[in-house]
Amino acid sequence: MSLLELKNVSKIYGSLKALDDVSLNVDTGEWVAIMGPSGSGKSTMMNIIGCMDKSSLGEVLLDDVDISKVSSKKLTEIRRDKIGLIFQQFHLVNYLTAVENVMLAQYYHSMPDEKEALEALERVGLADRAKHLPSQLSGGEQQRVCIARALINHPEIILADEPTGNLDEANENIVIELFRQLHNEGTTLIVVTHDPEVAEVAQRTIVLDHGKLVKEIINENFEAQNSSAAKPAENKKEK
Amino acid sequence: MKKQNMFFRMITASLLRRRSRMVVALLAIMVGATILSGLVTIYYDVPRQMGEQFRNYGANMIFVPSGSAEGIKSTDVDSALTYIDKDNIVGVAPYRYETVMVNERPVIAAGTDLDGANATSPYWYVTGQWPQENGQLLIGKDIAELYGVGEGDTMSVTYVPASDTETSDENTKEKGTTVEFTVSGTLDTGGSEENYIFMSISDIEKLTGEKKSYDMVELSISAGHDELESYVDKISGDVPSVSARLVKRVTQSETTVLSKLQALVLLVTVVVLLLTMICVATTMTAVVTERRKEIGLRKALGASNKSIIREFMGEGMMLGGVGGFLGSFLGFLFAQLVSMNVFNSSITFQPLLIPVTLVASVGVTALACLLPVRSATEVDPALVLKGE
Repeated sequence: MSLLELKNVSKIYGSLKALDDVSLNVDTGEWVAIMGPSGSGKSTMMNIIGCMDKSSLGEVLLDDVDISKVSSKKLTEIRRDKIGLIFQQFHLVNYLTAVENVMLAQYYHSMPDEKEALEALERVGLADRAKHLPSQLSGGEQQRVCIARALINHPEIILADEPTGNLDEANENIVIELFRQLHNEGTTLIVVTHDPEVAEVAQRTIVLDHGKLVKEIINENFEAQNSSAAKPAENKKEK
Repeated sequence: MKKQNMFFRMITASLLRRRSRMVVALLAIMVGATILSGLVTIYYDVPRQMGEQFRNYGANMIFVPSGSAEGIKSTDVDSALTYIDKDNIVGVAPYRYETVMVNERPVIAAGTDLDGANATSPYWYVTGQWPQENGQLLIGKDIAELYGVGEGDTMSVTYVPASDTETSDENTKEKGTTVEFTVSGTLDTGGSEENYIFMSISDIEKLTGEKKSYDMVELSISAGHDELESYVDKISGDVPSVSARLVKRVTQSETTVLSKLQALVLLVTVVVLLLTMICVATTMTAVVTERRKEIGLRKALGASNKSIIREFMGEGMMLGGVGGFLGSFLGFLFAQLVSMNVFNSSITFQPLLIPVTLVASVGVTALACLLPVRSATEVDPALVLKGE
């Protein structure tokens, strides 16, 4: 069942087409990676799917609601209720502790619950760092707080923009493992990345270039990789 | 956890964990609140302070006999004084004037309540001392020079009744009553008092041999011009033999100085509030600029514009509250310092000033935050989070 559907979506800035007639379907529970060189339209697509921007042309259906036609206020509500965001730069509030940063997402969504926020941190392996400020955490730890914050409200889609871009290999593996757990729980994941290793663990990879969707790759070994939680396999089939 | 608990947790975290920036804003508000509270204290205390200072310049009200009355009876003075708030009465000096002879020259003798005269005219400069008992005289400087007498000397004062004077000739000039007085001090006022001799009421009664009503009464009253006028109207209307009048030279200059001083204090207060507002607005603008990414993140997490406004206004108003609270106490110390140095008297603490300063500080801070906070709502999360 399709959770997200982009129909002939374009985003035009003056004479520049950041996205050019892109169509894409993402099913509930799917794990999709978006790849492409700089300026290919990945961030534009991420902003449109993440309800932070609107398309110039085409339809974007999220849960059967055309988010390209709704007001900014409604867009904020949809973003709050349905989407969890993970950023390359982490974007934690620097004067709030790890647990308070997680509670911030609860605060805007519904009701802050410190116990639940602590459980989310425990899940990403940071229970003992809950009272630390972001400046007292490593990059990997900050990214895990960001993931805990993204998943605290049980969003329908988790959108991650270069989630491992600032991490070392060990932390990258931790983050990928967390994504795998989220996928196994049925969360829909859309991960924008430059890193082929991160893309290869996804179920499907789409490649953008100059705003166009130029390639779609299905990971044939996804189920096997996923069940054994093995390293990304080589065997991918281009569509 | 309730939403408002998280709200306060975020605000206090922002204020306490971002001290360096917030201390600047807090200091601006606190200094503004201190000066506001101090100046308002002075503004309301100035009339009292200045009133006390002006009482040093002599009587500001007089009673004279009204219409055809020949004088003012002491009972009329007492009943007139009931119209004046006792706490406001600084001094009352009734005067009875008689022409007496000293060394065969006519001199004006004033019988008065000497303590009252001292209180009413504190600017009188006495060499020696004020009469302490009956039989003592306070003489004007010119009289002292004319007769070559001073403190401790004796002076014979002769009273010749008017009826004797009319019929007197060379043979009867020795008539009248002569009393020997001791000079206790000489009086220097720079005015006509230097040609008078002053004695107690009982001494002038003894000298003249008769009790008479007063020719006039001088009063020093600590009150504003309007209050004095209301006393005058009541007394003149209700006490038949007394006509109360203001000494306009004193009361008008008092009113003029007071109104100018109060206008100056008010002007400074407004300027200080404006400066505080500019300083807080500048700081909050810097805060908003510094925190564009955080605002973008909050919006990306689903914060509405209302939430962003509430949070930034909450921070500003909490700063205003803390600054105002501290400022109200510091303002009292500031006012006390000014009062001690300028008026040489202390000020009483006005508890009402705490809520007034608090409300003013919070209001000024909220006003100062309006524009920066409005600009915070215009932050586009997509652009900010991309680092633009």
